[in-house]
Amino acid sequence: MTHPVEVTDLTMQYGPLVVMRDLTFTIERGEVFVIMGGSGSGKSTLLKYLVGLRDAPSGTVRINGEELAASDRDARRRNLRRIGVLYQGGALWSGLTLAENVALPLEELSELDADSIAEVVELKLALVGLRGYGGFYPSAISGGMRKRASLARAMALDPDVLFFDEPSSGLDPISASRLDDLIRALADSFGTTIVVVTHDLASIFRIADRALFLDISQRTMTALGDPATLRDTPPNDEVRRFLTRDSGSST
Amino acid sequence: MHARTAPAAPDRAAADLHSHGDRIVAVLSGTWQLEETTSRFDRLLASSSSASPRSIAFETAALGPWDSSLLIFLRQGQSYCEANDVAFDTTGLPARITALLALATPVPERVLETEAPAPSRVAQLGLAGLAAWDSASSALAFLGEVADSLLRLLTGQVRMQWRTFWVVVQSNGSGALPIVTLIALLVGVIIAFLGAVVLQRFGAGYYVSYLVGYGMLREMGALMTGIIIAGRTGAGFAAELGSMKVTEELDAYSTLGISPVDQLVLPRVLGLFVMMPLLVVYADLVGILGGMGVAIALIDLTPTQFIGGLLSAVSLSDALLGVFKATIFGLIIGFAGCMQGLRTGSDASAVGRSATSAVVLGITLIILANAIVDWLAALWLI
Repeated sequence: MTHPVEVTDLTMQYGPLVVMRDLTFTIERGEVFVIMGGSGSGKSTLLKYLVGLRDAPSGTVRINGEELAASDRDARRRNLRRIGVLYQGGALWSGLTLAENVALPLEELSELDADSIAEVVELKLALVGLRGYGGFYPSAISGGMRKRASLARAMALDPDVLFFDEPSSGLDPISASRLDDLIRALADSFGTTIVVVTHDLASIFRIADRALFLDISQRTMTALGDPATLRDTPPNDEVRRFLTRDSGSST
Repeated sequence: MHARTAPAAPDRAAADLHSHGDRIVAVLSGTWQLEETTSRFDRLLASSSSASPRSIAFETAALGPWDSSLLIFLRQGQSYCEANDVAFDTTGLPARITALLALATPVPERVLETEAPAPSRVAQLGLAGLAAWDSASSALAFLGEVADSLLRLLTGQVRMQWRTFWVVVQSNGSGALPIVTLIALLVGVIIAFLGAVVLQRFGAGYYVSYLVGYGMLREMGALMTGIIIAGRTGAGFAAELGSMKVTEELDAYSTLGISPVDQLVLPRVLGLFVMMPLLVVYADLVGILGGMGVAIALIDLTPTQFIGGLLSAVSLSDALLGVFKATIFGLIIGFAGCMQGLRTGSDASAVGRSATSAVVLGITLIILANAIVDWLAALWLI
């Protein structure tokens, strides 16, 4: 059985600057997998490699067994249909209403008629707690609502894998916790594989089945496992300091 | 022996250095404020009798209110001590100050080494050449993408984004009329003035209508409208798409497998392709009216004489040449604006740079295309 996400010997690079190297891991179907690390460690960059926004200089990224970089346009499009991405700021299309945002992927990538699309849109918005907000433009709603609307759009095509980039950033603790609950519910109820990039410790311990630590000083991954276990028996000092919020300062 | 900052009033900041063998005790007193000037620690130390102390300590019993100026002074002392292998004894300082000094103690930044050393000047020249080549090839690739998208639109594989198309049409229709009217009118007036002044010297003032008609229809109508729209709409396209890049809206299209070119570029380019010829026809008429006004006012031509002269000088092919140029310019502006918008970096200033480069590229290509079309028209006697 293929894994929803398989990364093998991936090197991440900005021009000549190698950000991370030798990244190898697989993500199991239905798990919530967190990619964590300090600021600048390349978490969001790794997400870009995973969803095909960047092509790897070396190594491979396979989504549902297929390598996005090596796919032709139709195969890539078919494979992308099976993933959804929630961006840090929501990335809703500002010229479209929330309902139109959710409907666009369905109009472009499915054979559904207009009535069916309207029903799907209503359902997805209701699932994220935005029933009745379909006619609103993104600029007219709060940051938390924008993220939830973006999640509704990401879920529009019932993807197998959902990627979240810093879902709790910019949210108050209650909104962040509500989003965490939603992420957990998606994995538990729909069996969706969830990949979350975050450095929010509260979220990590709340939602993650497994977590991967990107160590900027080593320029590679240095820990992979259940976050509570990693905290209790850290494999190295960086992981311990990260998971216990230890700044290393004596004052 | 001791040194002090200044013979100050009792309440002013002061630091007295007292030497005890190879140990110096700095007695800090008074109110320390940024507005007050205090000596640098090292200069103060230089004026003390102990040239090479082993340690520096502090006494703060008479220290009044203080702000960052005291911390700056102490940091100077700390730096001196680090550089000269002198013990910096903070036990005499209040706990609040030692805590702040500890926070201000620099932690070395993590520096990630690049894989390659800095390139030499020759290598930099080569890299600039390669960057130019990359830029040209990516422009060509973008042109190919737009052409492919257009082909798929014509074969029904892509849905036309009519809403965006009509927004562009509206923006470049009624929205652009005031500025186009103003500029076209002034250009017509300028051509007529120029003609009136020069041609009247030879008693040929009547031919000013030739100049206005020929100049507006073949050259200036299309060129000026192109420049206006490049500055107005081309920059707008770049800024709009650039902002979408910054807010990851473009990435959202890509990760859904939806082409941003189909959704965003095609309706914009086609909108301009449709509107530019209409705007140019309008600009031609306004420019001719402006020129006619000057001819009537300056050289006493009647409207009938002016229009008669103009019609005898210009032909339909002159007008069509201007309209043809307008379609080319519309494509160029749309292409340059959208391309620069999609190439935007990831910060807010990058949006401004994209808008600027869209205007520069658009105007440059318009003038280049104008020259090429004129040359071909001269070759084919149009």
